[in-house]
Amino acid sequence: MFDTLTDRLGGILDRLTRRGALTEADVSEAMREVRRALLEADVALEVVRSFVDRVKERAVGVEVVKSVTPGQMVVKIVHDELVAMLGADAQPISLAAAAPVPILMVGLQGSGKTTSTAKIARRLSTRDKRKVLMASLDTRRPAAMEQLATLGRQTEVATLPIVPGQTALQIARRAMEAGRLGGYDVVLLDTAGRTTLDEALMAEVVEVKKATNPHEVLLVADALTGQDAVTTARAFDQAVGVTGIVLTRVDGDGRGGAALSMRAVTGKPIKLVGVGERFDAVEDFDPARIANRILGMGDVVSLVEKA
Amino acid sequence: AKTSDQLTRGITDLFTKEKFDAATLDELEDLLIQSDLGLAAAERITAAVGRARHARQLDGESVRAIVAQEVAKTLAPVAIPLDPPESARPAVILVVGVNGSGKTTTIGKLAETYRTAGMKIVLAAGDTFRAAAVEQLAVWAERAGAIFISKETGADAAALAYEAYAKARAENADLLIIDTAGRLQNKAGLMAELEKIVRVLKKFDAEAPHASLLVLDATTGQNALGQVEAFGKVAGVTGLVMTKLDGTARGGILVAVAEKYRLPVHFIGVGEGVDDLEPFDADDFARALVGLPRVEKDYSF
Ligand SMILES: Nc1nc2c(ncn2[C@@H]2O[C@H](COP(=O)(O)OP(=O)(O)OP(=O)(O)O)[C@@H](O)[C@H]2O)c(=O)[nH]1
Ligand SMILES: Nc1nc2c(ncn2[C@@H]2O[C@H](COP(=O)(O)OP(=O)(O)OP(=O)(O)O)[C@@H](O)[C@H]2O)c(=O)[nH]1
Ligand SMILES: [Mg+2]
Ligand SMILES: [Mg+2]
Repeated sequence: MFDTLTDRLGGILDRLTRRGALTEADVSEAMREVRRALLEADVALEVVRSFVDRVKERAVGVEVVKSVTPGQMVVKIVHDELVAMLGADAQPISLAAAAPVPILMVGLQGSGKTTSTAKIARRLSTRDKRKVLMASLDTRRPAAMEQLATLGRQTEVATLPIVPGQTALQIARRAMEAGRLGGYDVVLLDTAGRTTLDEALMAEVVEVKKATNPHEVLLVADALTGQDAVTTARAFDQAVGVTGIVLTRVDGDGRGGAALSMRAVTGKPIKLVGVGERFDAVEDFDPARIANRILGMGDVVSLVEKA
Repeated sequence: AKTSDQLTRGITDLFTKEKFDAATLDELEDLLIQSDLGLAAAERITAAVGRARHARQLDGESVRAIVAQEVAKTLAPVAIPLDPPESARPAVILVVGVNGSGKTTTIGKLAETYRTAGMKIVLAAGDTFRAAAVEQLAVWAERAGAIFISKETGADAAALAYEAYAKARAENADLLIIDTAGRLQNKAGLMAELEKIVRVLKKFDAEAPHASLLVLDATTGQNALGQVEAFGKVAGVTGLVMTKLDGTARGGILVAVAEKYRLPVHFIGVGEGVDDLEPFDADDFARALVGLPRVEKDYSF
């Protein structure tokens, strides 16, 4: 992920750093290219616009320090704004609530909710030594519940017994009850995929949220997503109040625009990234590291920081 | 609610303004980019609107009509129905794509479509990897009244394809549809596995698979171009299906794909039900993209 962006931004900014003086026109021209690079990397238009505006604004009034070139200053500004857009600190999933802590997984069809549920459950149980229960509230997709049950066996995490005919809401209540009675630390609630235009299904997930009062509502989203990322992120956030984002398929060569966009429009942190299909293919999301990777200009940034 | 609200509103707002200048066109281009059309297609269409503006007064409505027309012009040549060859028994359709794009569901819908047309169908559970992928396709086979063949999870997918072909032939089936595990196109090992499935099928029938369908998710951005390229190479993709057009995404990337690869687009998915598959119609797609109402037509195929 982010490879295209790294190549393009690297080239643009590299040219900038080689110049001595920078005119306003130079900066404008570079920002036009940055804008294109971001759009081609699937970053949402509104996010690109505000990003470029912020960089321009700061770059124009930039104070010159002797030891660095104006171009290097601009690189630093782009870097800082990128970090600001991605969120400064890594934010792990929080379990700071009374047990059993409910975590609700939501998202579009096929985004990776069930797989991510299993990945998180596995991590919490093996690494953090928590007692975890997973429950599938997906009453719609064929074999969705069997999928989670199979993943439960593979990850050695308990799953709520399947009771055919129950609604998502009934299953959610049963899961919380089982969580309490069974002395579980965490209850992960996997839901059916839904488009945000589906009013009945959006109402269903709101009901589930009301009934279970989840400590985390994680939006699971595909890193290959294009410009729709903002629409979807916003709609889920407005309906259910997302607390964090799980970005899947980061192992693909997607351009990563969705990551930047969703974080920017919701202000909600990306908490985890999926980097494969297996249950151990999950990583923390470290915004600073990602920003460095995207720009690939860590040297320049630290040079300016030291100056 | 099947309209691209952003684009619709965007264009209307844009062209009710007093001044129509280069900045207006720039903004139109932005709006098109916002629909995943990609820079090249967005530039071309914007230029077309720019030319039209010299000829006549334009408002939001007419700009949308011009955009729709331009998009339809690109897509009309690739709007081609999928007719499995009658001479091949069985005709083989291989279904490929990245994870979660909608392959298995589309197969269920395809089975229903062709069964309704009177064909005898075998569905093969070639996704031997993902948890409960076999069970998922089994449910669809049941729904669509198709014969179902599977092996245990972890089995070799090419071996399953081999057995499925033999079974379909023994059953004298008209159509064999093979599901495959989702895979990202940058994973060489998984792509090689797909190549092997194709090789095995060709041992039976040099023409097989008679269709190799790439299933694209409408929410996908520029990555779809890479998908078409890579799956085209290893699986000889002959046509596309775009799924999830019932959501907020309008599938604008299809315009970029059509311009670059000129591959047939056969169907669109508009829901999770067995009947939620429609033939691809360039005009409808283009109009939906810019938020114009669909012109009612009679679908019989
Ligand atoms: N390569 C890769 N594949 C993933 C990742 N996460 C999930 N997948 C795959 O994506 C596909 C869909 O995953 P699911 O977990 O079933 O998605 P879902 O959101 O539960 O789907 P629905 O319940 O149908 O809405 C499966 O093939 C998974 O193996 C990831 O990080 N990388
Ligand atoms: N709304 C909507 N959902 C769809 C459509 N097509 C498929 N889906 C849903 O998308 C999710 C993934 O579909 P699958 O058919 O399992 O996708 P797949 O490509 O087989 O996934 P993997 O085998 O895991 O790679 C499921 O929840 C489907 O119900 C569609 O046209 N519209
Ligand atoms: Mg699921
Ligand atoms: Mg499948």
